[in-house]
Amino acid sequence: MQANLKVKRFDPADEGGKTWWQEYKVDVHPDSTVLDSLIQIREQDDGTLALRCACRASICGSCGMKVNGDAKLVCKTRVVDIAPNGEQLVIEPMGNQPVIRDLVVSLDTFFSQIQRVDPFLQPDHVPEQGEYIASNDSMENLLTSMNCIMCGCCVSDCTVLEVDANFIGPAALAKAWRFTEDPRDSKRDERLKVLNDEAGGIWDCTRCLKCVEVCPKGVAPMDRIMELRESAIEAGNTNTPGYHHTESFYNSVKKNGRLDETRLAMDSAGWTNIPRLLDLVPIGIAAMRKGKLPPLIPHKSEDHKKVKDLYDNVEGESS
Amino acid sequence: MKYAFYPGCVARGGAPELYDSALAVMDRLDIEHVELTKAACTGAGVLQEKNLKMGDILNVRTFAMAEQMGLPIMVLCSTCQGVMAQANHRVKRDPEYLAEINKHLEDEGLEYKGTTSVKHLLWVLIEDIGLDKLKETFTRELTGMNMAPFYGCYMVRPSDALEFSSNPQRETSLEDLIQSVGGNVTDFAGKTACCGFPILFINQANSMKMVANHTGTAKDLGADAMVTPCPLCHLNLDGYQPKARRQVRGDKADLPVIHVPQLIGLAMGMNEKTLGLKKHIVSTKKIVRMAEALPSKV
Repeated sequence: MQANLKVKRFDPADEGGKTWWQEYKVDVHPDSTVLDSLIQIREQDDGTLALRCACRASICGSCGMKVNGDAKLVCKTRVVDIAPNGEQLVIEPMGNQPVIRDLVVSLDTFFSQIQRVDPFLQPDHVPEQGEYIASNDSMENLLTSMNCIMCGCCVSDCTVLEVDANFIGPAALAKAWRFTEDPRDSKRDERLKVLNDEAGGIWDCTRCLKCVEVCPKGVAPMDRIMELRESAIEAGNTNTPGYHHTESFYNSVKKNGRLDETRLAMDSAGWTNIPRLLDLVPIGIAAMRKGKLPPLIPHKSEDHKKVKDLYDNVEGESS
Repeated sequence: MKYAFYPGCVARGGAPELYDSALAVMDRLDIEHVELTKAACTGAGVLQEKNLKMGDILNVRTFAMAEQMGLPIMVLCSTCQGVMAQANHRVKRDPEYLAEINKHLEDEGLEYKGTTSVKHLLWVLIEDIGLDKLKETFTRELTGMNMAPFYGCYMVRPSDALEFSSNPQRETSLEDLIQSVGGNVTDFAGKTACCGFPILFINQANSMKMVANHTGTAKDLGADAMVTPCPLCHLNLDGYQPKARRQVRGDKADLPVIHVPQLIGLAMGMNEKTLGLKKHIVSTKKIVRMAEALPSKV
């Protein structure tokens, strides 16, 4: 079959670097992956095409790149599955990381994020004899995050990193989770506090699910970030707008059966935070002028008392 | 065609024009509906951060109500769609967990058996009514109008819970709808990205950058309007567009962000009052005039 590729090229040697698109058509085996096609191009047609790969078996995490806009391991992506009728595939380097040449990005961004979360075990004692013992369950719990092969696909497509390079990022936060959940680590509270307080920490995630979707290994970084939020709150970190936002939402549904939008905005801003409250005034006035200010006294769902009972039941269970 | 109708908090709160325009369009399409007035909020993924099980109980309760009525659920919101699909996906593949949740619903005489489907109006239009049939209700073609799609995260992810592999049409539903009204699709990479709404009250600077980037990029590419199936995206992309564009790009808000039923309503020849188009923060006057200037089919 024919693979029809449109590749984004980048040559750093030209002043400031030169970017252009190049199209390739190659005849490949029906089972070929996108990586096989690219290697074939490099070996047979165009030796100048730069790409990074190693294991070709989705273990090493070297060949992350964008295919039709989404980051993928190209060794795990068959041409026939995404372009069964010879459709053109658009291949670009991963996003949110500086491009060195063509499809090769610098790993510095990725590893500087990983380093921010102290990615090593910090036990508080050395066992007198033998090794550190951890239960099987506690290790199985870590499997999601430990499956990470550091390919950078989640970093590439993170919608927060697109606007804020200071965000710790999905891969590093999933790594951080791995250490907060490890029973051998002694710095859980300290770690959670830093991740909670730091600019670019756990509360900056938008929950857009991109990282969950593009991760080739089922790490589901966003789910790990949500667990970090829950743990941070349980550990007493209640100083962030994110905490107030979640709390307000939870209580609003408990009380009304539905969301009280006005209250959510004010709770998240913080009732004593005058500048942030004032910041809500212009949008409130604009909405009012258009006749769409959410009601100040919230509508309740018809059965809101039943919802409250359900909450009481569930809360009684967990306490 | 009949649905258990779950409009969601925002259509009944901050974006009332969505509710009104949806009812008008549903009426025109003879879509019967029973509003689930006793159902609770889906939790929007936020409630789930604090207590996932609580969120699942509330959603399963809603599914059970619809199941008792023997009706599929129709929603108007990408977030409702996604959060409900995720809850449904979780309980359907784990009977033990479902049984545990059903226990909480016993008092209300509810038990979910796992048969309720949840469909956004956008999918109903394409999958249940069909674009050909839909087109028969249009009185004008919106020829020459450039529309940028903006899905809302939970309308496209996670693709397994949203059953994309068995419903590949869902991946391009919004583009297909825009083409069905005769409009041009202004394609741009941000169409499946985050609008910034979830962090509006948490990290407003980042949220504003997202709003400015998406609306500015679509405008630069020639869009006359943006169309979204998500009222939360609408709240941010419309309501905060003036601030975001000023702050981030130093320009003015100039891209109307319309709801799916408003797009259909314009093609059905409905007026701006019926469709609530005057209730937007960014003026929709220009696109209303464009639509009204187009010839009506006899």
